[in-house]
Amino acid sequence: MKGVFTLMQKDLLLELRQQYTFWGILLYVASTVFVLYLAMGKPQADVFNGLFWMIQLFVCINAVAKSFLQESKGRMLYYYFIGSPTQFIIAKLIYNALISVLMVVMSLALFFFLLGTPVLNVGSFVGLAFLGAVSIGLVFTLMSAIAAKAQQNAAIMAILGFPLIIPQLLLLLRISRSMFGEVFREGALLQMFSLLVGLDVLVIVLSVVLFPFLWRE
Amino acid sequence: MKLSWWKIACILLLLFSFTAGFIINVPYVGNLYQTIRNFFFHVPMWFGQIALLSLSLGYSIAYLRSGRLKYDIYAAEFAKVGILFGILGLVTGAIWARYTWGEYWSNDPKQMAAAIAVLIYFAYVVLRGSMTDMDKRARVGAVYNIFAYFIYIPLIMILPRMVQSLHPGGLEGAEGGGNPAMGGDSLDPVMRAVFWPSVFGWILAGIWISNLKIRFFLFTHKNILNG
Repeated sequence: MKGVFTLMQKDLLLELRQQYTFWGILLYVASTVFVLYLAMGKPQADVFNGLFWMIQLFVCINAVAKSFLQESKGRMLYYYFIGSPTQFIIAKLIYNALISVLMVVMSLALFFFLLGTPVLNVGSFVGLAFLGAVSIGLVFTLMSAIAAKAQQNAAIMAILGFPLIIPQLLLLLRISRSMFGEVFREGALLQMFSLLVGLDVLVIVLSVVLFPFLWRE
Repeated sequence: MKLSWWKIACILLLLFSFTAGFIINVPYVGNLYQTIRNFFFHVPMWFGQIALLSLSLGYSIAYLRSGRLKYDIYAAEFAKVGILFGILGLVTGAIWARYTWGEYWSNDPKQMAAAIAVLIYFAYVVLRGSMTDMDKRARVGAVYNIFAYFIYIPLIMILPRMVQSLHPGGLEGAEGGGNPAMGGDSLDPVMRAVFWPSVFGWILAGIWISNLKIRFFLFTHKNILNG
């Protein structure tokens, strides 16, 4: 557990020292949202929902992509000697989930500021956005590890991750429709919600089980 | 030429389902008329795909446990034939949809999920193609394959059942519980007697095709693969 914490601390420290990701993504979100505003003004609920999750997907990918791609081969070897792969992947998962949530907070603020708030239930929409960010961050953590092993750029990560994230994205889109005023059948919302959380747990378990195989070289 | 028993069984089962599928009397269900016969050819594709991808998963796990390159080839070829079955399933479904729904493709939740499932496994093939080192390709591919399978199952088994769709069995609360394959009361005993042989015939055919591809690959790469 201590190892996990130390590794997370190291990632956080790196982030604080070279803040280019944070500011880069802020700029990315801001300019995208601004272009959207110029293109269509304040969108309606459906459009807002679709755009929000699409932008979220790209923002989270950009935030998570560097988590493994930044680790050089030599540094991976060093981690190999000082820690276990399980500690390493858990630290990365938690860190990426946190950074994705942070990115979502920023883009939510910008969305609400520039594109208006067609959301009826802001509180639960923000909560769902957090959950969505965590889901996307978790899936793309392992994809980032795979892409780094394949010695490819972020392009392969998008190719691998996009089809895999669709189930969760579909669930998120449908749950969030209820916050724009759509009424669902009794119990359907809870069912979708628990499926989403179940998928997250599945992704965590698979990442922890599979990462040790990736790491060996 | 000597064929093992399961290959003979495959030929017989498929011959039976192809002839019986066209000549038996089918029940009259809603607006399906004779298109219900597609049931014998479309649905076995999905059974076949699940069987092949499960085999692929099994060999990927076997590869990670044993490190024998042979198993990775097995996993990859089973997955590729699984993709082929997926495409055939989509095509047979689309042709059927043309005559019952009026359009080849109408973005039905079940069509979407099946298409995304094919995309997931295309990504597997792309990933394998992006690496030249065989050991690395095997290991990274196996990890992705296992991960993909556990997303694939909820994608095709759970998600489409949570929404209403035009697809048979797509009506909530209908008999069959939203099961896309066996639409409740539409399946009479005669249809069942043709359907299950067809399913097993196609699964065996898929294994046969993969088997040929695997043997060909292992033969052409004999000098690098020895174990």
